Amino acid sequence: MVSRQPSKPYQPDGIHESVEPFDAPNAPVKNRMDEPVRGPKLGPFEFLRFAWRLLTSMRTAIVLLVLVAVAAIPGSIVPQRLADPNGVSNLKASDPNLYNIYESLQLFDVFTSVWFSAIYVLLFISLIGCILPRIRHHWTVLRSAPAETPRTWTRLPFRDKTALVGSVDESLDRAAAVLRSARYRVVRDGNTIRAEFGYLRETGNLTFHIALVGILATLAFAGGFSWHGQRALIEGQSFTNQLSSYDTFNKGRWFADSQMSPYAVGLTKFTPKYVKDETKGTWMPIDFTADMTVTENGTTEAKTLKVNQPLHVGGSEIYLLGNGFAPIITVRNPAGEIVFSQPVPFISQDANLTSVGVVKVPDGLAEQVGMQGFFYPSAVKLDSGALSSDNPEPTKPTVTFNIYKGDLGLDDGSSGNVFQLPIDKLTQLAGRHTGKTVVLEPGDTFAIPEGLGTVEFTGLTRYVGLEIRHDATQLGVGLSAAFLVAGLLASLATRRRRVWVRVSGTGASRSLEWGAQSRGDDPGLDAAVGRLLTKFSGTGSPDKIGRT
Amino acid sequence: MSDLATISLIATYSAMAVYTFAFVLFTVDLAGRTATDGESKPTRWLRSAMALTWLGWIIHFAADIMRGIAAHRVPWANMFEFGLTATLALVGVYLGVSLFRDVRFVGSFITGFAILALGIVATNFYVAVTPLPPALQDYWLVIHVFVAVLGTGFFATGAALSSAQLFQSRREAGKLNGRNWRFLTAFPHAESLEALAYRLNVIGFVFWTFTVIAGAIWAEHAWGRYWGWDTKEVWSFVIWVLFAGYIHARATRGWRGNPAAILNLIGFAAVVFNFTIVNLFFKGLHVYSGL
Ligand code: HEM
Repeated sequence: MVSRQPSKPYQPDGIHESVEPFDAPNAPVKNRMDEPVRGPKLGPFEFLRFAWRLLTSMRTAIVLLVLVAVAAIPGSIVPQRLADPNGVSNLKASDPNLYNIYESLQLFDVFTSVWFSAIYVLLFISLIGCILPRIRHHWTVLRSAPAETPRTWTRLPFRDKTALVGSVDESLDRAAAVLRSARYRVVRDGNTIRAEFGYLRETGNLTFHIALVGILATLAFAGGFSWHGQRALIEGQSFTNQLSSYDTFNKGRWFADSQMSPYAVGLTKFTPKYVKDETKGTWMPIDFTADMTVTENGTTEAKTLKVNQPLHVGGSEIYLLGNGFAPIITVRNPAGEIVFSQPVPFISQDANLTSVGVVKVPDGLAEQVGMQGFFYPSAVKLDSGALSSDNPEPTKPTVTFNIYKGDLGLDDGSSGNVFQLPIDKLTQLAGRHTGKTVVLEPGDTFAIPEGLGTVEFTGLTRYVGLEIRHDATQLGVGLSAAFLVAGLLASLATRRRRVWVRVSGTGASRSLEWGAQSRGDDPGLDAAVGRLLTKFSGTGSPDKIGRT
Repeated sequence: MSDLATISLIATYSAMAVYTFAFVLFTVDLAGRTATDGESKPTRWLRSAMALTWLGWIIHFAADIMRGIAAHRVPWANMFEFGLTATLALVGVYLGVSLFRDVRFVGSFITGFAILALGIVATNFYVAVTPLPPALQDYWLVIHVFVAVLGTGFFATGAALSSAQLFQSRREAGKLNGRNWRFLTAFPHAESLEALAYRLNVIGFVFWTFTVIAGAIWAEHAWGRYWGWDTKEVWSFVIWVLFAGYIHARATRGWRGNPAAILNLIGFAAVVFNFTIVNLFFKGLHVYSGL
């Protein structure tokens, strides 16, 4: 062990006295960090130093922490683009003025906004500026002998005396053995003993703060390699993991196509289970199971996908996030030739899976035809005459349509949303408010007015909404979180204590004097050191003595 | 199955009744302390108040267990159940601490808070036993909510002590005199209150850290991302950061004492807000109130 005193104790500016003088019991009470922070008459260098001290002070850390908390709150009030994109577009439609104000304040993207970023970047600069010197200092402390005996012995919170056990030399050896058995680091210096325990406290604290930096660094760098996409997959269909297969796709800054491993995923069957809540009369889902096939490297395997059990394939995870019905719709031209026939995913609107969907038939008929569909798995007629569904299972599946003709707007490239029709630009032919209702059960056909053709509800399948995600930050954040917790527990469970033993008196009245000090509040100091004294004075072997 | 749920509800109300008696006795004790100077002596009502609190807690515990058995799962899947279990943890933490330290003087605060919270969840948020939707069927949910409940219990007790500290330090500064404040002589010094509050809050902070991490793991399983700034996630973050600020405040010159205590109360207000207002009125993925 290197016997060297740490030269310049470091403490962040503003740390409380009861914590402060610990690392330098002999240092003048006013150490460098206690100099009053002076403002005026500073040269540029002093000003920088002053600003840096201010930024890395404990007070600033508190203020920034509170600021981060306050700044996060709007993120729970204003809909966020990331968490709730629909909420954002709803607000845009309902209150454009408010939308513009929010947008200019970046309130829809609180957590990536300039002002939120500014606060947490400052906080982390403060954090790094705070821990770097502490790490250096702690590193020195770890390799140093325990602190010198304080000159102001009477200021120690614990002071006591014991009679010698044997000669002075034997007594000091015994005291040292007692302290060692309690895992103190011990140095004997002539007739004094210096002992210190609990370095783990600072180690844990630093680990905790470094882990925080680890989380942020991972998010900043590994985040660039992440990607995720959504895809609605209908029973009987499959798709290959490549950019063009996804309905929506998000990628990080450093994403490359080559990152996506070329596996294929298919949906064989989707099975939901529902139970009726007798008190409310509503149906609740209790299980969603998707039977999937996964083809990777030429081999195909059957896999089961459930809500909380993602599949791990080719470096990405596949999650089951949604599901619904996909009625098979067939459209024929007047000659009876099929111009459109496929399952159309409908989006469910309520617990009984009343769903809405859109069928677009741009080609094959005399005019472009768009149909706005409503699907009822178990259709019942309400008193008003409108349909409703009273069960999420398809006991009486029924589709109704509003049929339009006109330019579907697919050519100008702005077609974007497959779930919307530009109704205001179209002419309604049938459906609600036209006197020609279109209510189809499986196998039913309806003749589209003006002799355009026919539409048939051919059959019913289901689809699942999948999210496929490669999150490059998971490992780094997970590891950092583990270190964070370990550091936190180690730091909070450990007390940093110092014990000094010296010989006092002369001749026959000689005795051992014990003094001890803790860093921070330590109501257990007296009891813990008291136990050491009892063990010292007892008859047992000092090495067998358990730790305190 | 629903019979057991009914008995559980009856037990919940019984526990409230017993807590109410305890509350009355705790208050009578505080009011009855007649010290003219220095420390006052507890009255004989205090022992009965503590005994009643234990009794109420045992009934409360039974109510919670029966609810769990009736539902065939852990009893913290909706707001009623969370409230039932969180108040159980709160009173449990208080009783646990009382085995090591004399914290009987905040008994009125704790039982009062428990009665209020139980009353609100039992009358406004009660829902019959229902099965869990698929997203909630995960053992991380069990861990996540369990540590959240424990953390809440420690935070609540810490907040009780911090409020006591605020009054006490005002009295010690000579600002609160007069008959009405005499009960404060029954309390320890502001500094001891602060030290104890700190230790409880630190334990609460550790549990809250676990809550956030377990929640992130669960969210990863259920929604495909471990963190997405959903409203509930925002508030868990806010709470965590506020308590980190509080922990720093305790170690900072000029922030120890009353400012730290106020920060603690703000943090606890965020905990309560997160459970009530956020659950009921904010939109998000964590729609689990069952209402
Ligand atoms: C990202 C922001 C921060 C968070 C979330 C945070 C959190 C914490 C927590 C939870 C503790 C107590 C646990 C332990 O001792 O291990 C702690 C202690 C501490 N932090 Fe931070 N911290 C942050 C930033 C900072 C900054 C910027 C500084 C320096 C100015 C700092 C200095 C300290 C010190 C000196 C302690 C020890 C206090 C004591 O001994 O009681 N922290 N911090």
